[in-house]
Amino acid sequence: MFDQSRDAPLPALPGVGYKPQHYADIIKDPDPVGWLEIHAENYMGDGGRPIAQLRHLAERFPISVHGVGLSIGSEGDLDPDHLGRLKHLIDWLNPASFSEHLAWSTHDSHFLNDLLPLPYTETTLAKVASHISQVQEALGRQMLLENPSSYLAFAESTYSEPDFLREIVTRTGCRLLLDVNNVFVSATNLKTSPQAYIDAFPVEAVGEIHLGGHDEDKDETGAPLLIDSHGKAIVDPVWALLDYTLARAGPKPLLIEWDNDVPEWGTLADEAKRAARALSGIPA
Amino acid sequence: MNVSQEAFRAGILDPDRLAPVGLCNPDGAQATKRFDVYRNNVAVSLSDALEAAFPVIRKLVGDQFFRAMAGVYLRKHPPKSPLMMFYGDAMPQFLRRFGPAQSLPYLPDIAKLELAMRRAYHAADAQTLDPQVLGALAPDALLASRFRLAPAVQVVKSDFPIHAIYLANTVPEAPKPVMQPECALITRAGFDPQIHLIDAAAAKCICALIDGSPLADTLADETLDLGVTLALLLGQSAVTDIY
Repeated sequence: MFDQSRDAPLPALPGVGYKPQHYADIIKDPDPVGWLEIHAENYMGDGGRPIAQLRHLAERFPISVHGVGLSIGSEGDLDPDHLGRLKHLIDWLNPASFSEHLAWSTHDSHFLNDLLPLPYTETTLAKVASHISQVQEALGRQMLLENPSSYLAFAESTYSEPDFLREIVTRTGCRLLLDVNNVFVSATNLKTSPQAYIDAFPVEAVGEIHLGGHDEDKDETGAPLLIDSHGKAIVDPVWALLDYTLARAGPKPLLIEWDNDVPEWGTLADEAKRAARALSGIPA
Repeated sequence: MNVSQEAFRAGILDPDRLAPVGLCNPDGAQATKRFDVYRNNVAVSLSDALEAAFPVIRKLVGDQFFRAMAGVYLRKHPPKSPLMMFYGDAMPQFLRRFGPAQSLPYLPDIAKLELAMRRAYHAADAQTLDPQVLGALAPDALLASRFRLAPAVQVVKSDFPIHAIYLANTVPEAPKPVMQPECALITRAGFDPQIHLIDAAAAKCICALIDGSPLADTLADETLDLGVTLALLLGQSAVTDIY
């Protein structure tokens, strides 16, 4: 188990996913953004502007490193080279937080650049828990694990997602990143209740919350099919689900994710302001 | 029915396959369109990564051609690493054999150039050698010296006018390329990689310096203008040390 009280944890304020085109705006006037999240893999080059910008930003903001390529849900072993690159980044940056996904992306040395789903069974539970322990051991710190967006279900699953995550926390001592948009997307797609998901979720283990936009489609039967696209504004039902979550979980660091069709800084800052309002009434 | 990640991966990259059995819609029926979401995410994200990596190739062949070509490339060469900043390193070989691109024989070398520009962008930062250090050396000592060049420094040689084609597709009002062999030097004095036209003699000399040859052994080509070549390297912060 690892020390949960780091020197400077993420503050319970709005944060945004950092995009280089916003660099000048963020330096000039970040309000109300209190911290930044970066994708680990974008900062695994040897140098140049990305690393220089990150060094500069890290002097001014708490940084959350969010991995998208570790493939923690892999059937096979973790890629030791990639874990090594991640350790190098975490060692020099010493970020406030590191998080990854309950998903896989690499199989048989092929990286698919998407967060792919896994069934929730005794077998996958043991595998994921062992991977998380390996990561925490390698990095020398506690990590956060994020709930995925689901588009389909596995017939073989024997755990609900909240129960699976709760068991991961018990076995590894990791914490959780609760993506409220993912909860809404998955619940709509799988015809379950997002509120019931939050009710069942181990909110005491939540160290960060994600919010993002999604696209709307339909499946072949005409049933709604929401796609986690991070390409537009957060919809009202997701904001409402955030309020529901904060009422249970208390104030948490809230991240606005906008990765595609990235808007002007003002639009992103407006989303962050709305997140600040959602946090303002929540007793610590 | 258990779904292996091998079956999932194979289904993702082969649009003609049915989704693996055991993946379900909420009503329990076999998933079809829901599996296509993953297929689409993977194809679009890899195709986007290739577009970001090869803007000049894309401009040369047009959006529609590029998307179709990317669809073939990403199935033939799925990434082997999660570092998408380096995805596409097999593009020169791929283009050499890609039938529909044969009418543009310079494409593989343009791909090499674009890959080199990306590597330069992400290359390690380097200290610049003070040019006075070179100036202070006696001629014999200078000729015996080996040069350490910055990690961003690369040379791309081609039978085609790669420098002119690159410029014509990135800089407004650039002159029209003339069909002739060209070599390009890539440097990065600050954060933005720069591309310079160099002649074959300079290319040979700089490649030998990169390989660690003493300066005296890089001068075989009598057309080499050593003064111009060294001035270019020093002026672009390309030399980090001599030893």
